[in-house]
Parts: sequence; C-alpha cells; structure tokens
Amino acid sequence: MRRALACAAVLMVAPALAQQKNQFADYQRMTAEGSPVELFELGGEELWKKPQGPKNASLEKCDLGKGPGILKGAYAALPRYFKDAGRVMDLETRLLHCMMTLQGRSREEATKQLFGNADRPSEMEYLSAYVAGHSRGAKMAPGASHPKEKESYQLGKALFFHRAGAWDFSCASCHGAQDKRIRMSALPVLSAPKFARPLIATWPAYRVSNSQFKTMQWRLNDCYRQMRMPEPNFASDSMVALNMFLATTAKGAEYRGPGTKR
Amino acid sequence: MKRAFLLMVFSGFVFAEPTARDVTEAMKRDFHPRGQAKMDRVPQDGLQRICTDTRDKPPAALAKQIEADQMRTIVFPTGSLMGDWKRAEKVAQDGRGSMWSDKPGAPAGGSCYNCHQISPQETSYGTLGPSLLGFGKKRGNGPEMQKYVYGKIYNAKAYNACSQMPRLGYAGTLTEEQIKDLVALLLDPASPVNR
Repeated sequence: MRRALACAAVLMVAPALAQQKNQFADYQRMTAEGSPVELFELGGEELWKKPQGPKNASLEKCDLGKGPGILKGAYAALPRYFKDAGRVMDLETRLLHCMMTLQGRSREEATKQLFGNADRPSEMEYLSAYVAGHSRGAKMAPGASHPKEKESYQLGKALFFHRAGAWDFSCASCHGAQDKRIRMSALPVLSAPKFARPLIATWPAYRVSNSQFKTMQWRLNDCYRQMRMPEPNFASDSMVALNMFLATTAKGAEYRGPGTKR
Repeated sequence: MKRAFLLMVFSGFVFAEPTARDVTEAMKRDFHPRGQAKMDRVPQDGLQRICTDTRDKPPAALAKQIEADQMRTIVFPTGSLMGDWKRAEKVAQDGRGSMWSDKPGAPAGGSCYNCHQISPQETSYGTLGPSLLGFGKKRGNGPEMQKYVYGKIYNAKAYNACSQMPRLGYAGTLTEEQIKDLVALLLDPASPVNR
C-alpha cells in the first residue's frame, strides 16, 4: 500500500518535472534559433579574408596550429604551443600574433578595441566566431605534450584555486561546488570534466543578455572584474593558462559552439 | 644513467606545480591596475595564502588561530547594533562596489542576494551561501545574536577561516551604518525576513 502510494506520488511528480525540463529545453532551443551567431561567423569570414595593415595582407595564411590557413578543427585543438612564437597560445592570442606578423599591425592598434559593445562588435569577436565555427563536431583536444603546454596547464590550475583580492575570491569560490548559482545563474564546477565539458564546448558564444558575441578572454576578464581584482592583460600567459586549464578539463567533449547563452 | 637521473630531476622541476608565490609573481606580471582595482590587491595576505595552500581546509589548530586573528580585526560599535531594516534591502540588493568598473568613493552594496535567500519577495537569489529567510525568528535577536551577525558581516573569516564570504567591513566595502542596517534586516521582528 505504502509502495503504491509512493509510486502514485512519483507518477504525479514525474510529469511536472518532465514538463519543466521540456520548457527549459524549449527555451534553450528558441534562444539558439533566434541567435545571430551565424551573422558573426559571416562577419568573421569577411575579416579573415580582408587585406589589412601595413602589409595589406589578409589572415588567410594564419597558422592556427593545423598549418597555414587550415581552419577545420583548429579551435578544438587550442590552446597549444607554437614554435614560431615560443609560447602557448589560445585562439585570441594567436589571432593577435597573426595580425602583428602577417599584417604588420602594431600591438597597440590591433588591441585598440578588444571587447566590443552591442553597437560595435570587435574584430576579435567576429574572428573568434568564424574560426570556432570550423570546429563544430571536433573533439576538444588542447595541446598536452610539450613541456610548455604542461607548464601552462599547471599555472592555469593554480590560478583557478588562487585566492586573492579585496574579496578573497578564487575562481573556485563560485565555480567550486555543485548545484550552486549567483542570483539565477547556474555556476558549473569548472574543475570537474563532467561540468566543464558542456560549457567549454559552447564558448565563445552569443550572449542574449548583452546582445553581444563574447570571447573566452572576455569571459575571464569579466570574472576577474567581479572578483574585485585588477585587470588581466589580454593574451598574457596567465589568461592563456586559465584557458588551457579549462580546455584540458573539458577535453574529449565534442565542440558544439559558438553557442548561445542567456 | 647519470643523464637519465638529471633528466628526471630537471623534468620534475619543470612540471612542478606552481606555488602560491609563483602565481602571485605571474599575476604581478600579467595584470594591470584599472580604476580603483590597484595592484596592491594581488599579493595574498596570510589567510588567503593558507586557504589557497590547503584548498580551504586548514588543519583545525591553524583554522582556530586564523579565526582568532580575524576576530581581532572586527571593530564593534558601542550601543545597539540594530539599524534600520528598511534601508538595508537596497544594500542587500546592490552588487556594486570595489570593482574597477565602479566609481571610486560611491556607496557600495553588499551583494547579499548574489549568494543568499533573504526577504521572501525577492525570488532571484543565489545559493552559494545558506538561506537567511526567517533568520531572526529562528535565532532570536538578543545582544549576543546581534554581535554575531555584525561580526559575521564585518569579517566572515573570524567565524570560518576559509569562508567564501567576503570580509565586507574589514575590506572597507560596507560602512558601520550599512552593516547595522543589515543586522536589522536579519534580526528585526518587523523585517520581511522574519514576518
């Protein structure tokens, strides 16, 4: 009798839960369908092929790790060590490197507007969308064999758990425990593969709440802003290392981005 | 043989996990000051160092020592610690303060709802901290309880060495008056938290 009651209770609760889940899936689907990610990818393609800078060159010969101009699967294999630069680079760091070397642009000019706004997206945002789009379906597999890649992963991991600043935060202060949220935003445990995979496999992403396309370097920058820390330098070893730690934690996931976020 | 040994030592050195000090050096190199967020926020204090090194689980004796040290940083005002709960809701809601994007000197908020459920009418609350709904109703509002709540908001680490809650008074984010108002929000029987 008691079991029958319990069963009945489960039967009553289950459809409500299922309905809630469906509604959530619907919301995610509708958000994704209305997403302008494709427009950013198209804008990025234009910029990739557009001759720019003192050398009046395009980025079409940029080597993202798979060889000059090869885009397919390149993003999913980043960050990685680049011999020509002598350091580990993530997507944005490599794009900046190509702008400076292939196009002859100064660092100052190429980094003038790293993070755009709703009216004026940045070059980095368009290009990130374009390059990442060519990794859809590829397994995330950042570099893991070169000593510098291992060193980068270790630094990223240490940074993730490093508490500092006016409010004593580390990344793990918010992304360290399961099923937590800030206000209504869910906080995945980014040091755990199970939770890092679905998230990292959908960045960079279009964010509906800002009506903007956002890159990983922006994501880290804005976390440090809210952690009450000084501002991280764009493309610095520390930011590449954090991206390396996150991508390595998510390795094996099938890349499904650029995604659409709340 | 000798070479193999040297290689082992060398690679051990290269791949060793960076210490908290190494990370601080990396951050000094890879961050820059912006607005009110200056580089003096990068070096760790003793508490941050120990919590980092022990992944927030210091040995009990050390935790006790830290908590006693942090307790000494709390400046308890004389007289009643209960301010005005009506003013506190705004402080609890406000998530600004101490960021490079905030105007220096402008009043800061406590970011309380980011992590806690507080008043029942606010349904957009975080869950990093425990729910505070009905806080005073469950615990009373005598002088000892007032002192605990004031101290906890001023410096949460005096009660839990590696708590993730910021030291809102110690860090200079909230003023004495703001903290007293928050004490009332949690303890005043007329506050929505307890009705």
